[in-house]
Amino acid sequence: MALLEIENLHAGVEDEDIKILNGVDLTLDTGQLHAIMGPNGSGKSTLAAVLAGREEYEVLEGEILFQGEDLLELEPEERAEEGIFLAFQYPVELPGVSMTNFLKEAVNSVREARGQDELSSADFLKYMREKASLVDIDADLTKRSVNEGFSGGEKKRNEIFQLAMLQPKLAILDETDSGLDIDALQNVSNGVNKLWNEERGFLVITHYERILQYITPDRVHVMLDGEIVHSGDQELAHKLEEKGYDWIREEAAAAAA
Amino acid sequence: MSTSETEYLEGKASEEYEHGWSTDIESETTPKGLSEDIVRYISDRKNEPEWLLDWRLKAYEYFTDLLESGHYPDWAHLDYERPDFQDMHYFSAPKDKANYESLDEVPQEILDTFERLGIPLEEQKALTGVAVDAVMDSVSVATTFKEKLKEKGVIFKSFGEAARDHPVIVRQHLGSVVPYTDNLYAALNSAVFSDGSFVYVPEGVECPMELSTYFRMNEKGTGQFERTLIVAEPGAYVSYLEGCTAPMRKETQLHAAVVELIAHEDSEIKYSTIQNWYPGDEEGNGGIYNLVTKRGICKGDNSKISWTQLETGSAVTQKYPSVILAGDDTVGEFYSVAFTKGHQQADTGTKMQHIGKDTKSTIISKGISADVADNSYRGLVKVGKNADDARNFSQCDSMLLGPDCGAHTYPYIESANPSAQIEHEATTSKVGEDQMFYCHQRGLGEEEALKLIVNGFCKEILQELPMEFAVEAKELLAIELEGSVG
Ligand SMILES: Nc1ncnc2c1ncn2[C@@H]1O[C@H](COP(=O)(O)OP(=O)(O)O)[C@@H](O)[C@H]1O
Ligand SMILES: [Mg+2]
Repeated sequence: MALLEIENLHAGVEDEDIKILNGVDLTLDTGQLHAIMGPNGSGKSTLAAVLAGREEYEVLEGEILFQGEDLLELEPEERAEEGIFLAFQYPVELPGVSMTNFLKEAVNSVREARGQDELSSADFLKYMREKASLVDIDADLTKRSVNEGFSGGEKKRNEIFQLAMLQPKLAILDETDSGLDIDALQNVSNGVNKLWNEERGFLVITHYERILQYITPDRVHVMLDGEIVHSGDQELAHKLEEKGYDWIREEAAAAAA
Repeated sequence: MSTSETEYLEGKASEEYEHGWSTDIESETTPKGLSEDIVRYISDRKNEPEWLLDWRLKAYEYFTDLLESGHYPDWAHLDYERPDFQDMHYFSAPKDKANYESLDEVPQEILDTFERLGIPLEEQKALTGVAVDAVMDSVSVATTFKEKLKEKGVIFKSFGEAARDHPVIVRQHLGSVVPYTDNLYAALNSAVFSDGSFVYVPEGVECPMELSTYFRMNEKGTGQFERTLIVAEPGAYVSYLEGCTAPMRKETQLHAAVVELIAHEDSEIKYSTIQNWYPGDEEGNGGIYNLVTKRGICKGDNSKISWTQLETGSAVTQKYPSVILAGDDTVGEFYSVAFTKGHQQADTGTKMQHIGKDTKSTIISKGISADVADNSYRGLVKVGKNADDARNFSQCDSMLLGPDCGAHTYPYIESANPSAQIEHEATTSKVGEDQMFYCHQRGLGEEEALKLIVNGFCKEILQELPMEFAVEAKELLAIELEGSVG
């Protein structure tokens, strides 16, 4: 059984009569890492948001199975509890809410849903320090308010840190690599490589091939106008980097004609 | 941070208004209505000195004049019926009105009541550094920590006792900051105040513990008129906390307290309030009218007064804890969280009156509204012509938890001195869908997410509260958030 099966997914914004996803098909097995590439506005973030259950988007057609179960039935927090994690393209600031407090609530809520005991304060702090050091972030970050006043790079690294804390089955990274300098990019890539294991699948949405020099995907998909129009191996990513998306567009147009 | 915090809050979540009961201690109550006789009766019952009775009577006369000439302070952004002053009781006392020497003498029912209010005096006596002058209705029933305070020369008593035991100090300060002519409710309070607290901290003394008073309205239809007077002599320090709960009531209850603070040279008074009175039912019936006059004066140079309040209860709240910055280099602070939901209305803020040179004031106000509630900040920063280099910083943030609630900000600035620096910032935010979704994505449900976000919003204020009350404050906010979700 695949970890994630997306079949003929159509989605849009209901109120405004906007269609964004036009029949996405994608299958991801546990232990695999797939990259999704595509030009701006092609619907990558929308796909991520639909997977995470954002209410703004309405599913018009198709289905999503997560570990064989209908994902669309579940509330966003239930999906998180079931093991879906989204690293946001634009992480949100929560003024006055300390990272420690936030993560403690999050970790315990997810643990409870998975039938594990709540962590005591002492165990939690120990666990948090472990994960901070695993993904190599400054422990001082945990004393600050969630994303408040974080630099762009810190926000992205903080998402990877939260991924490490929450131990999901499926991690979706939405352009976590965008806007990072080379050190931060390496840091994020190292984090992903450490967290990638047999029990976990990754969907890495990216705009650039750059991150794929550090992370070797099992598959690369190209999204265009809300559809996956091409899939291949890492070679595809190189080709996109060199030639851009135009040839894919032409190919897609030819196929449609 | 305790592991059980969430669990605890969730437990709280399922509770209705928690303190909605009344004890069945028989009480002695004056008939409804206000008259000179009632004023005399109250004074007599409390064995008051003649001067105090005279003062009450003058206040009563002034009140009657205001009432007859229609001087209601109803300029606030509030919509409620004027109280019928002839339709309430002005005095009630537990029948056994002796002043107890020790807790053993206090009737068990009263002790049980305090127990339910979360004020186990027995335990507090032994465990905490908090002295509790517990006021039930109008008569003080228990006072603890007297000994320890006595050592330091700190006087902490019920107002009635203080008026008898320390007539000179009380007479000198009573009405000196809030005269009975201040407003209708101050006049009313001055005429009929039943009890309250008196604190006196002598020169150079740092009060060794947090002082706190729990007031509770326990008589049906009884108006409650506390009077609090705190005097800090030169170099003294005192932190005082007032926390309140009231039983569920159908009819409306008026609460018109007066608090006066006097800070002499180099002294500091920190006054914190947690107010959690019955807000009325879902349709907006009943609930407490909380119409309070609170003012402090930084009389001596270098003195400081700080007001911190967490207002979550009452149907109507109108209060503006203020500071008169008379001395040079004095500091006034106002930190406030006002949470309104259902049909609650709050019009609250402060007045910072800069008179001395190099005076400084800070105002941080957080208003949160849900349902159809209305929440207004109203603040005046006034700089006199001799107040050279006065500085003020004001920040008023409002958070809306739904589409039908209201938030308003009315900042007034009057400056007669060009050297004044006055800064005002105001923001209004809706709890963002983005913020909620971010929390949900991390496994947090609606309520958990909202609690985190609201507590974060109020953090600056909550951290001003004395440690042991910060937890209580968070709990209160959590309870308030119940049913405001979705
Ligand atoms: N909530 C929304 N309302 C209206 N249009 C939207 C909304 N979300 C996304 N879109 C539109 O859908 C398209 C795809 O957006 P997005 O998924 O963010 O693309 P990508 O992440 O690939 O850059 C864009 O044209 C974008 O403007
Ligand atoms: Mg995007």
